[in-house]
Amino acid sequence: MRNAFADELLKLAREDARVVILSGDIGNRLFDKFKAEFPNRFYNCGVAEANMISMAAGLAGCGMRPMCYTITPFVTTRCLEQIKVDVCYHRMPVLIVGTGSGLSYSSLGSTHHSFEDMAIMRVLPDMSVLAPADSNELRSCMRAALRQDLPAYIRIGKKGEPEVFKEPPQFEIGRWNVVEAGERVCILSCGTLLPEALEAAACLRKNGLLPQVVRCASVKPLDANFLRAAATDFELIATVEEHSLIGGFGSGVAEFLADAGLAHTPRLLRAGIPDQFLHDCGEQDHARKLCGLDAASIAGRIAAACP
Amino acid sequence: MTDPATLDRISRTIRHRLIEISHRAQTAHLAGALSCVDLLVALYWTRLRADPANPADPARDRFIFSKGHAVSALYTVLAMRGYFPEASLADYNCEGAGLPEQPAPHGVPGVEWATGSLGHGLGVGLGIALAAQIQGAQYRTYVLMSDGECQEGSVWEAAMLAPRLGLGSLTVMIDFNKWQATGRSTQIMQMEPLAEKWRAFGWNACEVDGHDLPAIVSALHQENPPDKPLAIVAHTVKGRGVSFIEDDNNWHYRSPSAEEVVKAKEELFPNA
Repeated sequence: MRNAFADELLKLAREDARVVILSGDIGNRLFDKFKAEFPNRFYNCGVAEANMISMAAGLAGCGMRPMCYTITPFVTTRCLEQIKVDVCYHRMPVLIVGTGSGLSYSSLGSTHHSFEDMAIMRVLPDMSVLAPADSNELRSCMRAALRQDLPAYIRIGKKGEPEVFKEPPQFEIGRWNVVEAGERVCILSCGTLLPEALEAAACLRKNGLLPQVVRCASVKPLDANFLRAAATDFELIATVEEHSLIGGFGSGVAEFLADAGLAHTPRLLRAGIPDQFLHDCGEQDHARKLCGLDAASIAGRIAAACP
Repeated sequence: MTDPATLDRISRTIRHRLIEISHRAQTAHLAGALSCVDLLVALYWTRLRADPANPADPARDRFIFSKGHAVSALYTVLAMRGYFPEASLADYNCEGAGLPEQPAPHGVPGVEWATGSLGHGLGVGLGIALAAQIQGAQYRTYVLMSDGECQEGSVWEAAMLAPRLGLGSLTVMIDFNKWQATGRSTQIMQMEPLAEKWRAFGWNACEVDGHDLPAIVSALHQENPPDKPLAIVAHTVKGRGVSFIEDDNNWHYRSPSAEEVVKAKEELFPNA
């Protein structure tokens, strides 16, 4: 995904002279082409994320479109106050991109895990939170974020994520898209877990269920119209996210259903990371299994909830 | 350029208004506002290229008032420069009015940035100065910080980057009044040698008496290497201008009584 990010960024920079990259000392070789073509629009801001964000806000205030890029915890929680005050309070069109989100850097331990980034970004007024499923949806998200003149946060994986889309799919901030139509069960998937959600749906189909699978890259704003309709049309809504069960995508859906004043509220099942640090060594797939975020675990929970 | 006697009269007038405002609004941070008045006067009356009638002019010099708690000083300066009517100062911190106790974004003409949480202004100013470099714009960027603010790590993140980017159009002024909310800044943290710290980070740095208006004006107008940011460490007195407020840190939070306003005016205008 990060290669697609660098590639799309170069295209955007060619199309839009306002685009400038601020990197928190990451992306060794990743931006070589960009640096060669636009030497005065790439800045390595060092291991100093708080300043990087304030600086981005200052640039944005002068008509630039800065994108801040480093590993997710360092570009979200570490510099939260700069994001709140300098970016969101001033409604500055700064794009914050966190790489290695969720369990992508599983083997590096809790300092590099990010289970809380969406919760924290979601609570900031005017901040959009986007979690694309693959490289191509990331490209669509970047363009959508650049089109709106507001703060945005995109959480991405690292590299080698399975590709779901052959080309950048249709994407609008605040809109979700059905990937596989179905009935009774609606699986709402955000981020790079979409392949697991699709595989879980395939398992369930073998057992006679026909779940709908929806890609929900726009975590905030969520798609209120879609959710309102889904609440009527489905018996069970399942949310899938590589993020804490507290405050993230599933929480957003639960908040919506609690507040919407609907006559009928379907059963809600949330798959996510429990409220604990992960201490186990291992790669992303292993960590996903521990958290019940692999296809088999997701399918098992849905099957058990749908007799 | 405005002559020193006129600048001095302007400074006294601003201090008098600040004391009236603090009394009327019963707000804190009077002493920290008084300490930076002369820095603001030197900047706004002799250096900053900005048209109060066109506060969004893209070519204007930018000024980030990073010690947001002392914003009553900035409001008073802006009103006297004509950014908004001086009568509006009566609205300071009134419910529903437009002059909040800490600067807010997109509201008051001439206020470039909302501050109040310390340690943000220099990074923002760095971004603004970098935008000028990228866009080939000629404006300069000024940032005013408090000394306590220099204890924030983010200040030194920005300080370490600005010289590497060759931002000679960036100037930071530090209102070094030797106090912070609960004590002597120089005793709470190892502040000194402050100018030396900026030099060590690659800045052109100078020290100045922060109440000597001609000296501040000279510091602001000095020849500066085009690729080196400038740090002006201004030695100031918290509460400057009124004997019973000067260097008494109770005035970090106190506001003056009606009698104290009268006494202060007598001190500020002894021949009136």
